[in-house]
Amino acid sequence: MSGHASKEMRANVGWDGKGSPFSVGYGKLMMWFFLVSDALTFGGFLIAYGFTRYSYGGAWPIGEETFDALPFLHGSYPLAYVALMTFILIISSVTIVLAVEAGHRMDRKSVTKWLFATIVGGLIFIGSQAWEWSHFIHGTDFGRVELSDGSIATAKGEFGKIHNFEIVKPGAHYDGIGELITNENITKEDGDLMHAFQHAAAKRRLSGTAGAMMITLNDGTIAKVNKDTDQGLELIVKVAGRDHAVSSAADESTRIHEDEGSVALYYEALSKGNVVYGANLHENEYGPQTYGHFFFFVTGFHGFHVTIGIILMIIVFINVLKGTYQKRGHYEMVEKVGLYWHFVDLVWVFVFTFFYLI
Amino acid sequence: MEQRDDIIEYSLYNHHSEDEGKKIRKKIWKVTLILSIVTLVEVFFGAMVKQDSSMWLTVKILFILLTIVKAGYIVMTFMHLGDEKKTLKWIVLLPYLIFIVYLIFIGLSEGASVGARM
Repeated sequence: MSGHASKEMRANVGWDGKGSPFSVGYGKLMMWFFLVSDALTFGGFLIAYGFTRYSYGGAWPIGEETFDALPFLHGSYPLAYVALMTFILIISSVTIVLAVEAGHRMDRKSVTKWLFATIVGGLIFIGSQAWEWSHFIHGTDFGRVELSDGSIATAKGEFGKIHNFEIVKPGAHYDGIGELITNENITKEDGDLMHAFQHAAAKRRLSGTAGAMMITLNDGTIAKVNKDTDQGLELIVKVAGRDHAVSSAADESTRIHEDEGSVALYYEALSKGNVVYGANLHENEYGPQTYGHFFFFVTGFHGFHVTIGIILMIIVFINVLKGTYQKRGHYEMVEKVGLYWHFVDLVWVFVFTFFYLI
Repeated sequence: MEQRDDIIEYSLYNHHSEDEGKKIRKKIWKVTLILSIVTLVEVFFGAMVKQDSSMWLTVKILFILLTIVKAGYIVMTFMHLGDEKKTLKWIVLLPYLIFIVYLIFIGLSEGASVGARM
């Protein structure tokens, strides 16, 4: 198409020297250069992660054990949720490339449609990530315990439902010996039964054994915990103590099972307050503290990129609706935002592999 | 105006026709299918093969290879780097080929030896 060569170029597309290096627009080339540098940043993070992980040996959390929850469902679904998130992001990458393709045909209606689909995909993804962060921060029902022999273990199994707390000694907020505290009449301070239970466990305010636990609530009320028995409680030893060796991820028989006294060991730790629920910047249920830092930082930085991408796409979307690019004669802006969006997808492909799979 | 060959053709106005678009869309959906299948395979192996098992090293290498395959499809097809000028393509890719491979090697091997000393 030699005709293009003689075409006068407008100053607003960049190259004042009229010739276009690499035959791409100024903005698009700069987007590529930005992505090259940004990819090096993420590359640096992932390599730092790899370095740290290799220096910890076997104590590192295992993806399919750590990320096995689904919203609204109990039970173990290894990696199902992150796989769904990955799929959503890949699909949103497809819809933006379809928007770019439609832009090359000056098909404004299709650009609008596909760009809108991409924004929706991006919002679903960021919402999913918020849920996953929330789950990661709040932790599992069982938490991670330090057993009496000094070994550290996480637990698998189904946590028995807490029905109520039966007041034994009334405190400031609850009175009436023998009355029941349920999720309906529990104070705001205690939240709900599960929160109150975990809070008490971490603060050494639980005592007794599996079937007969006593809880001391925030106001000093002492109550009996009426709770179903846990089903299939297994302890996965992460750090070896005097009596227990580290459980192998490949062999579930190396976990501490119920017939080996997992229940007694677990509730002994709970009554001593040797339990950590969830992860934050100070403590981490899932493994070494550094793991929590890397998880928050790398997935957070990626989530930040996704958020920026959504904002950029919304701006471009408004311009598409206004017909700005139709008047300009090309949809290169969609292409530039598209490049950025693909990059976000690309980074996630690597985060998915190195944080969750391996 | 006379034809000039010192000005490189500018891609901004490279609009394509409906027929070309059809072909491109077909390719996009094909790549979508490949990416989805690769992700499913990864999750399948991730959930089925346990770490520490004898298969794990093989699966780990498979994961990394599949990740690179996915990255390749995204960059070459979705980001159209495959259709760009050769020089641009290599400007983008070369830094990774040179530095990342080396950095991964040195990061992991040093990490392992630091771990062995702790």
